[in-house]
Amino acid sequence: MKTLNFSVYRYNSDVDDAPYMKDYQLEVEDGHDMMVLDALILLKEQDPTLVFRRSCREGVCGSDGLNMNGKNGLACITPVSSLGKGTIILRPLPGLPVVRDLVIDMTQFFTQYEKVKPFLINDDKQPPAREYLQSVEERDKLDGLYECILCACCSTSCPSFWWNPDKFVGPAGLLHAYRFLIDSRDTATDERLADLDDAFSVFRCHGIMNCVNVCPKGLNPTKAIGHIKSMLLQRSV
Amino acid sequence: MVINQASLKRDGVQDYVSLRATALFMTAYTIFILGFFLTTPVVTFEIWSALFDNVAVKVFTFITLLCIWVHTRIGLWQVLTDYVKGPKLRTFLSFVLNLLGLAYVVTGLFILWGV
Repeated sequence: MKTLNFSVYRYNSDVDDAPYMKDYQLEVEDGHDMMVLDALILLKEQDPTLVFRRSCREGVCGSDGLNMNGKNGLACITPVSSLGKGTIILRPLPGLPVVRDLVIDMTQFFTQYEKVKPFLINDDKQPPAREYLQSVEERDKLDGLYECILCACCSTSCPSFWWNPDKFVGPAGLLHAYRFLIDSRDTATDERLADLDDAFSVFRCHGIMNCVNVCPKGLNPTKAIGHIKSMLLQRSV
Repeated sequence: MVINQASLKRDGVQDYVSLRATALFMTAYTIFILGFFLTTPVVTFEIWSALFDNVAVKVFTFITLLCIWVHTRIGLWQVLTDYVKGPKLRTFLSFVLNLLGLAYVVTGLFILWGV
C-alpha cells in the first residue's frame, strides 16, 4: 500500500471567514493508478462536506475542471500518477468566484460565451429543400473547433481573461466564434465580426498560449483567435 | 494613423497593426546599430558623429523614436487597463507616462539634430 497526499482548497462562505487548504491522505494499492476524480470521490467518502462538480466522468461534459498542481485540467481524465509523487494540490479554476470548495461561479464565462452568438445564423434567402449541405472541405474547417466542451480550463488560465473578464471574450468563446465565422452555412459573418471589432473582445489576446497548454481536448484557441484577428484586419482595409 | 494613435479611444485593429509595424522598424534599427558595431572594429567619437551626421541615419533614428513612442503608448494602455482598475488613477498614470514617453522622443530629437 502507498499513501497519496492531497491538499485541497476548502471554502464555505456560510462557515469560513477565509479559504484554507485542507490535507487528506488516501491509501491505495501499489501499482494502482486512478483519475483525480476517482480520488476526489474517495476523499468525499472520508469527508462528505467536500464539494466538487462532476457528471460524465469521461472528459465529455466538462464539469470537473480543476487546477491540479497549478495547471488547469479535467479531474476525470487526469491520472494521479501524472501529477508527480509529492502532495497533490487541488484548487478551483482560477479567476472566477468560488461558490464552495472546488465549485466556481461560471456566470462570467457563459456571459462571454453568449456574446459570440454560438448558434448558426442563416438569412434563409436560399432555404434548402431538406437540410444545409456542406462539402467535405467545408466540414473539415470545423475540425479542431466544434470539439470544445466549455470546461473553462482555457479561459480561466488566461491572464487577459483574469484582468478583463467583463470585456475580453476569452479563448473558449473566441474558439466558438471562429467555429461559426468559418461555417459555410452561416451567413452572419459580417455581423459577427462587427460585434468583435473593438480593443478588448479579441485583441486582448496577446498569444500567451496558456489556453493551448491546458486544453483537455487538445484544441488550439490561440490559432483560432489569430484567424479572427486576420479576418478583422481584412475587413478594415 | 497619427491622429488615431493620438486619440484616447483605442481601436483594436489599429493597435494590432501599429504594434507590428512599429516593431518591424525597431527590429530593423536594432539590426542596423548592431551591424554598425560588428563592422566597426574601433568606435571613436568621430566615427560615431559621422554616422549620425548622415541625414538618412537621422531620419531613420527619428522614425524609430516615433515608433518606440507609439509602441509604448499602446503597451502602456494595455498594461494600465489590465492592472489599474480605477479610472482616475489610470488616466493620471497614463498621462504622466505618455508625457514621459513624449519627453524621451523630443529629447532624442534635440540630441539627434545637435550632432
